[in-house]
Amino acid sequence: MQPRSGVVDGAAPPVLSLRGIVKSFPGVRALGGVQLDLYPGQVTALVGENGAGKSTIVKILTGIYQPDEGQILIDGTVVHFPTAEAAGRAGVTAIHQETVLFDELTVAENIFVGHAPRTRWGLIDRRAMHARAAGILDSIGADLDPGVRLRDLSIASRHLVAIARALSIDARVVIMDEPTAALSHKEIAELYGLVEKLRAQGRAILFISHKFDEIFRIADRWTVFRDGQFVGQGAITDVTEAELVRMMVGRAVDQIYPKRPARIGPPALVVAGYCHPTEFEDINFTLHQGEILGFYGLVGAGRSEVMQALFGITRPSRGACRIGDDVRVIRSTAQAVGAGIVYVPEDRGRQGAVKGLPIYQNVTLPSLARTSRAGFLRLAEEFALARDYTQRLDLRAASLDQDVALISGGNQQKVVIAKWLATRPRVIILDEPTKGIDIGSKAAVHEFMSELAGQGLAVIMVSSEIPEVLGMSDRVIVMREGRIAAEFRDEAMTPENLVRAAVGINGAAA
Amino acid sequence: MTSATGRRIPDRLTTPAARAFKSWEALLLIVAVAIFVLNSLASPYFLDPWNLSDASFNFTEKAMIAFAMAMLIIAGEIDLSVGAIIALASTVMGAAAAAGAGTPVLVVLGLATGLACGAFNGMLVARFGLPSIVVTIGTMSLFRGISYIVLGDGAYTAYPASFAWFGQGYVWWVITVELVTFALAALAFGILLHRTNFGRMVYAIGNNATAARFSGIRVEKIRFILFLLTGLMSGIAAICLTSRLGSTRPSIASGFELEVVTIVVLGGVSILGGSGSILGVALAALVMGLVTFGLGLLNVPGIVMSIIVGLLLIAVIALPRLWTMLSRR
Amino acid sequence: MTLLKSREAILALAILALLALIATRFPGFVAPANLARVLTDTSPLILLALGQMAVILTKCIDLSIAANLALCGMIAALMNGAGVPLPLILLAVIALGAVLGAVNGLLVWKLGIPSIVVTLGTMTIYRGTIFLLTGGAWINAHQMSAGFKAFPRMMIAGLPVMTWIALAIVAAVAVLMTRTALGRAFYAVGGNPHAAVYAGISVGRTQFLAFVIAGALAGLTGYLWVARYAVAYVDIAGGFELDVVAACVIGGIAIAGGSGSVAGCVMGALFLGIIKNALPVVGISPFWQMAISGAAILIAIAFNATNQRERGRIILKQAEHRT
Repeated sequence: MQPRSGVVDGAAPPVLSLRGIVKSFPGVRALGGVQLDLYPGQVTALVGENGAGKSTIVKILTGIYQPDEGQILIDGTVVHFPTAEAAGRAGVTAIHQETVLFDELTVAENIFVGHAPRTRWGLIDRRAMHARAAGILDSIGADLDPGVRLRDLSIASRHLVAIARALSIDARVVIMDEPTAALSHKEIAELYGLVEKLRAQGRAILFISHKFDEIFRIADRWTVFRDGQFVGQGAITDVTEAELVRMMVGRAVDQIYPKRPARIGPPALVVAGYCHPTEFEDINFTLHQGEILGFYGLVGAGRSEVMQALFGITRPSRGACRIGDDVRVIRSTAQAVGAGIVYVPEDRGRQGAVKGLPIYQNVTLPSLARTSRAGFLRLAEEFALARDYTQRLDLRAASLDQDVALISGGNQQKVVIAKWLATRPRVIILDEPTKGIDIGSKAAVHEFMSELAGQGLAVIMVSSEIPEVLGMSDRVIVMREGRIAAEFRDEAMTPENLVRAAVGINGAAA
Repeated sequence: MTSATGRRIPDRLTTPAARAFKSWEALLLIVAVAIFVLNSLASPYFLDPWNLSDASFNFTEKAMIAFAMAMLIIAGEIDLSVGAIIALASTVMGAAAAAGAGTPVLVVLGLATGLACGAFNGMLVARFGLPSIVVTIGTMSLFRGISYIVLGDGAYTAYPASFAWFGQGYVWWVITVELVTFALAALAFGILLHRTNFGRMVYAIGNNATAARFSGIRVEKIRFILFLLTGLMSGIAAICLTSRLGSTRPSIASGFELEVVTIVVLGGVSILGGSGSILGVALAALVMGLVTFGLGLLNVPGIVMSIIVGLLLIAVIALPRLWTMLSRR
Repeated sequence: MTLLKSREAILALAILALLALIATRFPGFVAPANLARVLTDTSPLILLALGQMAVILTKCIDLSIAANLALCGMIAALMNGAGVPLPLILLAVIALGAVLGAVNGLLVWKLGIPSIVVTLGTMTIYRGTIFLLTGGAWINAHQMSAGFKAFPRMMIAGLPVMTWIALAIVAAVAVLMTRTALGRAFYAVGGNPHAAVYAGISVGRTQFLAFVIAGALAGLTGYLWVARYAVAYVDIAGGFELDVVAACVIGGIAIAGGSGSVAGCVMGALFLGIIKNALPVVGISPFWQMAISGAAILIAIAFNATNQRERGRIILKQAEHRT
């Protein structure tokens, strides 16, 4: 791919502009008067921490939310998007992180849902739909049968269907919200090719990502939001990563990886021969007290699956593990917790915190046996436990009695971690612990992990971010397609080695 | 960060008392009092203690089941087979009575049948992961169907005299055995749901079963126990009802399940799971009892009463939402 | 190969097996004339099941569908008693049924009340209204006009009009589900409501329309029921709503919404209808019917579940081979 010229053609006005957009929700002002300009044939990167307002602005652009104040302009004319349909008709489409597709419908139906071609009598013209779908899929190089049901496709294929859907409405503005989150390296390269194609077709692209290497590779322009405010915009050639980070965070952030050397103790966990019929095979490793063991791999390599089997969510078909002195096969989460293994999940919202329950109840949930007496709750003990651990993690919330759903993502993560620390575990598994967390809190979590290791806990960290893995781990295990591909330590822990092992290029150093 | 250097946040911002004041339960209490007053003005027979005592039968049996049903719904499930469990339990008791069994045996059989049916439901839902709404629609037909196979269009009427105590007996003055059973059940379930680990886990499962499982909670075991409880309470209700009627027909307790669900929803339990209280359910049972009794005194036919109950159910859920919608304008 | 594994195919096989089983005891059952009679007898269930299917697809449930049928049937009989011509009565019941369904739909759409609660309430309200209209009195055969009663039974090409109506509606609903935007919207809304919003589909409005369709079908079936059985009273079709849900479940309509087919739905209804009609003939007391339906539902759900069980994420290359 050609490096970006970054020259902004002053003659071409923006296709879409936002001016003074304000949006509030009960208790929080998501956007406080932001602006945004998207130019034809240019990729604009929208950069900001979590809570900066990026997903809100996407929802406003796609007609899901209505702005409280401000204007949306297309080609200089004020427009309104009262519904998602209206935004679609105006030529604005988005490819989201989450699945916005339908398992029970076919590929062609998914591409054309909401705007299928009709016959004379108003019925859906299946043949035309199928043909047009095939055409679009061809144009993006996707080898998919339009008649296949979506639920039979892999994640990468579903993503291609999402892109095809965006193309099907011949959009002038294409919004891509963290599009590479679930893709392999090969697929990411293909995506860049697609973005190139869309640019060449004169479409305006809004690219939301927190991966700086992507931003600098693919974007022509940048815009930064912070805390719902517009901070600045410009050409990508005129800015450095450090400057972007400073604008995002409001302060210089150094020392993100405060890993202190720790005393590595005796083995805390020995995993032998773990196998699962479809998810992983032949998993063997040893984890020591005081150690941070990094698990790297591409998304879909099977790391979370292994961890969830260790935690008792799923059952391995074979294999056993030794924790301390006991050898066992873990069959349930209750057993895992009893053995001293705890798991901080990647999907904080669905698997981590119980929304609807207050903070203190979340913190005490696995520890009720300790705080209660003869099965009866003792609130004083619960509050004491919650107070202790939330204070250690510097939790920001109005009160311990507050519904955990009302606090920020970073703080919810703290509640989840507090919950597990309160069980006084021997092994703590953190699955993508800083995913979707702002830089400030990231550093805090890393500092914290270091401390845990320093106290003699055995830590497993699953991460897809190379700097994080290299910065925090004592050792790294790389998984690929359900198997352990390699293990690295000391000088062998390099980005090249990690990536080679994860991707499967020959000659990966052992 | 090992020491408590982080900021200290308060435990609570509002006191439990303050929240109780503005709650659904408080509203129900006001409604109950209002209906009581209305009824006593509308009919001279209302305030007679013996009439009131008779009125309690309107809700005691259903309320007993409602407590267990409430816990099940809070956990995110439902059991539509409770009426059918009563039918089956009653049939088993009737068959035993016809064979000459004494009251203690009948009681044991009633409870055992209830538990067995509950275990069957529990196994299908908890162990095999099948959706409870359709499972219990199926077992509803199955359980009552077995009663029909056994009884056809006949009836069991030969119950021992001592058996009548449960449904027709009095503990003291006007206070019936059923009323005491209801009160004890309210107390027991109130403690279970609001004061024990088990209850806390029920709320967790109802709010987010996945996160609960990821927190080390044995979700399947708790679900199974909840179905055992609805089965057990149905068994107890079967004893009371059969004892009160003195007979068993396969059609006994028809429509019970929907009335029980109505009491639960009226009691402020969200049908989607995750919230609700035993006090609310108890008050809702009381309200329903007062409404039906009062209407009965005015000679309103049963079916018209059910219109009013239907309207009440919808109004009670709709009005707060309408209010929030309109006040947002 | 996939055809053989499809749920509909298995259901069809099950029905054939059932018929074969019955035929061993009573060969006369599978005679065409008798099968036609069973089809006719099952028509009301088919009609209501189709309506319920639309509702269940959108992640809702309609427990008031039988009460709707009963109320519209009674009104049809009352209108007949007042001398209203039949075509007008037909239009009126369909419209009324649609309105009753719309009430359900509006409460779900505009007020966001869960459908199980709404239809629990309207179920008793609709049925109670019958009492308010008639004071509990029955309308019997001799109070109905000849034309009113004869219409559903009129024979055309060997099948009564009622059956033809059912077949026509089956075809219409099949087209609706597979070839119209609304039909695909039913699947979309039930399959992934979140995504449906992003696709510009109004979840509430789609659910509303599903209730209207179910209501209209219930209204029509109300007339057919009352005319065919030549009686109208408060309790007609009492408990029928559960048979309807059972037919849908047996037919493979997932209670979680988003999947199921018209063919499956019809076969689910036929399965129940065959059992109901076969029992007296085979010498099993009709008192067995309820238990058998119950068992059939449980088996169907268990089967549904094993089909839809999510395989673990397929990661090991040898476990599957993709594009």
